[in-house]
Amino acid sequence: MEIVMSVAIGLLFMAAVYLMLSKSLIRIIIGTGLLSHGAHLLLLTMGGLGGTAPPVVADGVSAAEYADPLPQALILTAIVISFAVTSFFLVLAYRAYQELGTDNMELLRGTEDYE
Amino acid sequence: MSLVFLIFIPILAALFIPLLFKRLGQIHTGWFVLLVPAALFLYYATRLPSVMEGGTYVSELSWIPSLDIAFVAYLDGLSLLFTLLITGIGALVVLYSIFYLDKHREQLHNFYVYLLIFMSAMLGVVQSDHLITLYLFWELTSISSFLLIAYWYTRDRSRFGALKSMMITVFGGLMMLGGFVLLSIMGGTYSIRELIAQAPELAQHDFFIWALVLVLLGAFTKSAQFPFYIWLPDAMEAPTPVSAYLHSATMVKAGIYLVARLTPVFALSEVWMWLVAGVGLFTMVWASFFALKQTDLKGILAFSTVSQLGLIMSLLGVAAAAYHVEGAADTYLKYAAFAAIFHLINHATFKGSLFMIAGIVDHETGTRDIRKLGGLMSLMPVSFTVALIGSLSMAGLPPFNGFLSKEMFLTAMLSLQEFNMFSMDVWWVLFPIIAWVGSVFTFIYSLYFVFHTFAGKHQPEQLPKQAHEAPIGMLISPVFLAALVVMIFFIPNLIGDWLVKPAVAAIQPFLYDSPQNVDIHVSAWHGFNTELFMTLGIFAIGGLMFWTLRKWQHLYDLYPDAISLNRLYDEMMLLSGGGANRFSRIYMTGFIRSYLVYMFSFMTFIVLLTLFLNEAFQIDFSNLAPIGVYEIVILLALVGATLTILGSKSRLTAIIALGAVGYSIALLFVIFRAPDLALTQLVIETISVALFLLAFYHLPQISRKEERMKFRFGNALVALAVGVTMTLVALSAHSQKALPSISEFYKETVYSEAGGGNIVNVILVDYRGFDTLFEIAVLGIAGIGIITMIRLRLTKKEGQHENK
Amino acid sequence: MRTNDVMLQTATKVVTFIILMFAVHIFFAGHYTPGGGFVGGLLTASAIVLLMLAFDIPTIKKILPINYVVLTAVGLLIAIATASASIIFDVPFFTHAYDYFDLPLFGKTSLHSALLFDIGVYLVVVGVTMTIIQTIGEDE
Repeated sequence: MEIVMSVAIGLLFMAAVYLMLSKSLIRIIIGTGLLSHGAHLLLLTMGGLGGTAPPVVADGVSAAEYADPLPQALILTAIVISFAVTSFFLVLAYRAYQELGTDNMELLRGTEDYE
Repeated sequence: MSLVFLIFIPILAALFIPLLFKRLGQIHTGWFVLLVPAALFLYYATRLPSVMEGGTYVSELSWIPSLDIAFVAYLDGLSLLFTLLITGIGALVVLYSIFYLDKHREQLHNFYVYLLIFMSAMLGVVQSDHLITLYLFWELTSISSFLLIAYWYTRDRSRFGALKSMMITVFGGLMMLGGFVLLSIMGGTYSIRELIAQAPELAQHDFFIWALVLVLLGAFTKSAQFPFYIWLPDAMEAPTPVSAYLHSATMVKAGIYLVARLTPVFALSEVWMWLVAGVGLFTMVWASFFALKQTDLKGILAFSTVSQLGLIMSLLGVAAAAYHVEGAADTYLKYAAFAAIFHLINHATFKGSLFMIAGIVDHETGTRDIRKLGGLMSLMPVSFTVALIGSLSMAGLPPFNGFLSKEMFLTAMLSLQEFNMFSMDVWWVLFPIIAWVGSVFTFIYSLYFVFHTFAGKHQPEQLPKQAHEAPIGMLISPVFLAALVVMIFFIPNLIGDWLVKPAVAAIQPFLYDSPQNVDIHVSAWHGFNTELFMTLGIFAIGGLMFWTLRKWQHLYDLYPDAISLNRLYDEMMLLSGGGANRFSRIYMTGFIRSYLVYMFSFMTFIVLLTLFLNEAFQIDFSNLAPIGVYEIVILLALVGATLTILGSKSRLTAIIALGAVGYSIALLFVIFRAPDLALTQLVIETISVALFLLAFYHLPQISRKEERMKFRFGNALVALAVGVTMTLVALSAHSQKALPSISEFYKETVYSEAGGGNIVNVILVDYRGFDTLFEIAVLGIAGIGIITMIRLRLTKKEGQHENK
Repeated sequence: MRTNDVMLQTATKVVTFIILMFAVHIFFAGHYTPGGGFVGGLLTASAIVLLMLAFDIPTIKKILPINYVVLTAVGLLIAIATASASIIFDVPFFTHAYDYFDLPLFGKTSLHSALLFDIGVYLVVVGVTMTIIQTIGEDE
């Protein structure tokens, strides 16, 4: 299962990077969303997918049977953070679009006239 | 009260200044500030009697114990003298500033906050016994000086001067830090007292000479010695109270302090003596010569300050000679250290008053250009008197304190004939000669300053304002200082016993056990000796040259600007700035894609290289979870949704497909026994989709018209590389565990230690609560960021205005 | 946002309370069974979002006059205060304490200082999520 998951993770990262490199603002945002999904799955796979019981203490379950709780805790944090960051990007993107009238990243280079 | 705490009182007081300024704007904020240095001065003055007997005070506050860094306040003769100067002159300057800075027009809260920070920093510099905290306070003085010079930050010259002083002094400070680190490596301690105790052993060390040069770089940049003095004239853009306080009385003397403080450590070295005395003396004659080229009142005073600092510095260099002479306390060599400290006090009094007068002239006439000024004698009689006293003291005339210390300076320089080491027996004669030449120019510029401002013809048509005498409040401080100038001439030995001798004992512990042993008596009349004839020569030649000043002053114009040090500094700044710009413009395209390509390519490169070099890539087939039907179905859905996003032309499709990816992942979480994740992911995905839909109308359409095939191909290549890398990383990470996971610990202790059952949640709120704390902080920041972007928008017009 | 969807509105009135009850349950259950501050907070937020979708933002703002920014700040303060409280008892920052009590009605209950911290997390999550949604929703 882990091998299949690894391939899926690679695919998610690939799609994410491809989207982030494009010129369209909205594709970049969607790309970052995919990137965080990929990262979550990567964390989960790293810890191993073998656990047979959820990491919640229950009678009659030995320690080895619990799924690894550490990646889960990391992912939980990451999910919430990526939500905040994605919404921040979203607002940043559409405010930039409103103010500057373009979503083409190539035209959003900023100006050369610095002091 | 703890001495360490006292150092921080000004900074603590600074916290209340903005409040006082906003709430009690009717009362000039300076009145509140005045209490701080005045109270500190009185408190420290009570320590004088015991320090005079040779007593010292130490107080310590641990700061970073693991690195052995602590605030150690050490009060002996030298540091107490500087402390009294800082608080005493500080009080006078604050009093003066109350009348100098208008409470309605100026941003007083900024000014006084900076000034109080400076006060703390300066107290810290002169009282720290710990090298690292000394460095900390040292840089804090540079920073507060930067802020104060740039106080009128809308003026170009102010910002330029502030940056220049910062660049040069911070450069020196960093060098000095290097020296300190070397010292601590050699001596195994950060404490100055302990370093002094093992001075002879230190001198044997290979690093000794490096430490010496580096520390001197710090001292020379701070005390504006040649060739680093160039920042001081430009620092004169600061408000005059600042110039009087930082750039003549206190901060620029930090370098002097450092040299004095470390004399017992380095005096053994020939290099130390030659460098300190040589650079000091050269600075003195150089700056006094160029002071006459200046036309700005404060410019003259700046060069004169540089020159006088050089004088004190050279005396400290000569003072180191006493280390090598048996029984130096009975020879003329003993005078150098005393003269240095004595002149330091005198300089603070007369130069402080002169700066304040320059400020008054500027304030009341609207210009500081000496070519436009003249004939103010009758209009501003009090200012004239004070200026005359200050200038004549600076010139070295009796009956003013400058005469006494100038005489002693010449004595100390002549005393070098008794010193026959370090090739001094050949070269000593240069010292008195250069000193004499410097003194002649000092005499001339002193007269130039006072007479070209106050005597001569009044030119009211040249002045922006109708000249008149300053208000009484503004005159209190300069008059008080001028009174001191005269008073010290008549009671020099009182000052000597109370202030100078304890400091001398601290500089030359190898000569004196206690201040009482310093056997020096100051008197105005020594009989007909060499010094007297030299002084008379100064008066005669100097007077003659001043008389004919107008005939030869234009010769200064012959000095080409192209080879000046200022030019060198400007060129260096231009070159480094321009070079850095050209370099960064090669890769800073301003196009986010370029940056992402750099990052992703580099990351791929590094990760693959590491995998390859460590032969870390491997797949372990033994420990795999079985493949189930549900998982495959969900994964297919996930891949399908991902591909849909890639191909979609409409934003709605893309958003919905992204939601589908999220939900598939939530299902995967269910299968892989992560109920918390599944719950969270489900809810988050729902809210995310709602969010995207809310923002939907604001979002642009997906347009890919501009993207050509080559562009897309490059992107695909980078994307493929990243994807493959991540797959390899995932496989290798799963296949090998270098260390046992901490998860086992969590599983075992969750019930017994943390009293919980849900391990994931207990990790979040208990084991790794710190992470969660920061995470919710990040959440809060993101929320604030979004509010800022949406609610706080400027209208177009205001936006353009802001940019200018 | 406009709506006059009777079906949605009627259903929402019921569903919201179910979600809210579930959110509270899952929040308190978090220490022993799946759940906790994050999920509880997100569920609460989603209930309010549902209300906002069914009716409209001004109406909901009138019914729930909560300043979500303040809520976020309060949550952060609670979290930091819980973490720092341990300093008073001279144990390292972030040390939690718990004990079991016999409370009337609840029976044997464990009271845990981590719960207080979780309340902070809960408030921040609700506050930030709602801040984001509400700000974007109001932006015309």
